[in-house]
Amino acid sequence: MKRKLLEVLLLLGLLSAALCGCGGGSTGKTAEAGPADSAGTQDPAAQPAADHPNAITVGIAQDLDESLDPHLAVAAGTKEIMFNVFEGLVKPTPDGDLVPAVASEFTSDGTTYTFTLRQGVKFHNGDAVEMRDVVYSINRNRLAEDGGEPLIPALSAIKSMTADDTTLTITLDQANTEFLAYLTLAILPEDYDGQDTAPVGTGPFKFVSRAAQDNIVLERFEDYWGEPAYLDKVTFKIIENADSILMSLQSGAVDLFAHLTSTQVAQLGDDFNIEEGTMNLVQAMYLNHAEKPFDDVRVRQALCHAVDRQQILDLAFDGYGSLIGSSMYPAFGKYFDDSLTNHYPHDVEKARALLADAGYPDGFAMTITVPSNYQPHIDTAQVIVEQLKEAGITAEIQLVEWGSWLSDVYAGRQYQATVVGVDASTMTARALLERFTSTAGNNFINYNSPLYDSLFVKATSSAGEAAQTEFYKEMEADLTKNAANVYIQDLADLVAVRKGLTGVRFYPIYVLDLAGVRYTA
Amino acid sequence: MKRRNGFLTAGLVLTGLVAALILLGAFWTPYDPNAMAAGPKFDSPSPAHWMGTDNFGRDIFSRVLQGAGATASIALATLFIGAAGGCLAGALTGYFGGAADELLMRLNDVLTAFPSILLALVVISVLGPGKKINVILALGLVFIPSFARVSRTAFASLRDVNYIQSARLMGASNLRILAVHMLPNTAPVLLPALTIGFNNAVLAEASMSFLGIGVTPPDASLGYMLSEAQGMLFAAPWYAAGTGLVIVAMVFSVGLLGEGLRRRDKGVL
Repeated sequence: MKRKLLEVLLLLGLLSAALCGCGGGSTGKTAEAGPADSAGTQDPAAQPAADHPNAITVGIAQDLDESLDPHLAVAAGTKEIMFNVFEGLVKPTPDGDLVPAVASEFTSDGTTYTFTLRQGVKFHNGDAVEMRDVVYSINRNRLAEDGGEPLIPALSAIKSMTADDTTLTITLDQANTEFLAYLTLAILPEDYDGQDTAPVGTGPFKFVSRAAQDNIVLERFEDYWGEPAYLDKVTFKIIENADSILMSLQSGAVDLFAHLTSTQVAQLGDDFNIEEGTMNLVQAMYLNHAEKPFDDVRVRQALCHAVDRQQILDLAFDGYGSLIGSSMYPAFGKYFDDSLTNHYPHDVEKARALLADAGYPDGFAMTITVPSNYQPHIDTAQVIVEQLKEAGITAEIQLVEWGSWLSDVYAGRQYQATVVGVDASTMTARALLERFTSTAGNNFINYNSPLYDSLFVKATSSAGEAAQTEFYKEMEADLTKNAANVYIQDLADLVAVRKGLTGVRFYPIYVLDLAGVRYTA
Repeated sequence: MKRRNGFLTAGLVLTGLVAALILLGAFWTPYDPNAMAAGPKFDSPSPAHWMGTDNFGRDIFSRVLQGAGATASIALATLFIGAAGGCLAGALTGYFGGAADELLMRLNDVLTAFPSILLALVVISVLGPGKKINVILALGLVFIPSFARVSRTAFASLRDVNYIQSARLMGASNLRILAVHMLPNTAPVLLPALTIGFNNAVLAEASMSFLGIGVTPPDASLGYMLSEAQGMLFAAPWYAAGTGLVIVAMVFSVGLLGEGLRRRDKGVL
């Protein structure tokens, strides 16, 4: 009997070993599928970080767009990173201003914009930036190929563009005070066609290499016209598995990671400083107005009343984050209308009444599609599912990978509801609001409000900045009144920075500027 | 034969306990498993919350009860597909032999050559993630080869024994021979295989959910909970501990049962 007992114990040991093996094996698999764990010695990118102190590894939660061409980039995550590689005639500052970049100076009276080309600006391939490159870059975004929509529709406001070797004059068909923001578009060399895979720009960092699903490497551009970057080299490591992020930070494989959750931050320990900014995203449960029952404004309003946004912040974000009520976030100072924030107070009774009014007294079932690599959105969706239950709505979460979210939800518009954050590509209200005009190509919620469309025309054609701001605010109010989406918050941007590193700068747009990051010691 | 079979008794008792807990979880849990703020966030284990609470303030014990049910039901369904498919293939190839035997068993070898989780990943990516039924189908397919091999050996060893040949001489149909005369006699081999298979299925479901391709939140399954727990290992260590313990208990009890069955039948074979 004794021996048998021993055998049982051995069996138990074996079982638990198998279990542990399974756990360990799983993590290993993750590393293979989306190379998350760079603690291993087989990773060449992690090694130099130890040898050369003037390089860092930055973790990012998703791979960049397939094409790295800045004019064609779709994902916010791509623009966020490539901000370090490209510049326009002007570029944004952390305060929300626009300062000259490839241009050395500019003047404007609202209708005519004049730029002077900065002398001595070089592309990463060594060529000097010439006026023809500037004209090419603007035209590429302004003129439609094959009769389609131009890459930046707003640029069709350009009536004429004249250029000599040093001066570019742009005349608009009518005064537009926010036009300058579009000229942050990347200046690219005219005779270079490798932007998809080996992008070349004028920014403080130059592109070195990319391994799909694994990493992107940037190095300091020595011939940068302005204040050069401090770091020699930055490696962006793609860590799609939310669980691996913490481990990669603690193991030392990653030095900087933006957009962390409050739970992750709480566990990080003493090796990191936590910098807090805002994500500059409009996080909402976006609703597809082309799908029943979301075509009914009462249903959408009911959803807004049913969701308790403060509880979302408390439960999923430890109270971090700023509530919003329309497609505008507080960092955009003058455009942000705080009176819209609490337009739909949490009120389950009212939600039920609105649903009954719309013909759904017993609620309905819906699917919330969430990209699986964004834990904050998954957490938000989980809380929403619980809250909607109280109003009689049965929601279920469908996780999709980021690639299929882009193709099916964003481009294909095949979804009912989705929880994501939408960013502004330029620092204008237009960047956030134009997408909801009925004909916009990126109107993925199929919003259709004639009033909204006409307000947009008025806003973009008004000369005075004050009047324009008013129109934009009316557009925001229209979105709120029609309950276009269930607006939630602008997430707090918690950035973990290894101690000894400093210089992270926050912008009112979704970018991760690394030019100022440096070692203090 | 009259000796007490401690393994069988212990296995039956423990498995019964686990099964009772799962059944209980299907009808009653202390709190709604998905109800948020049932208690404070990250509350450590206490009389009110036996296994503490998670990042949403959900009661972990309630979620474990429900998650164990989800995991067990996926494992059982997986086992059913794997065992039925495997036995069918094993019976046909073991009994008839010939070219079909060669072909099917080589195909079997090919399937076995894939790491099982990788194969399941491929199937899931074809079927689409996030649906319980797809997880079951994927795992079921992965489990067929091992059952096919085990049952083929059993059927092949019975093919030429005297009572089968007698049955054949008496004109019994192949189907009757397979189902009535052979299948019951493969039980000593198949039953332990089933219990081991169940354990593997539990672990496989846990691994798949751990990798994020099993059940979708907010539903609980033990593997998914374990993967969630990993993200808060330092904030709520009891989350991982409680969930892991239940997996161990489940696998251990059925493992004991399997060992008991094997010992009981040792004299028979």
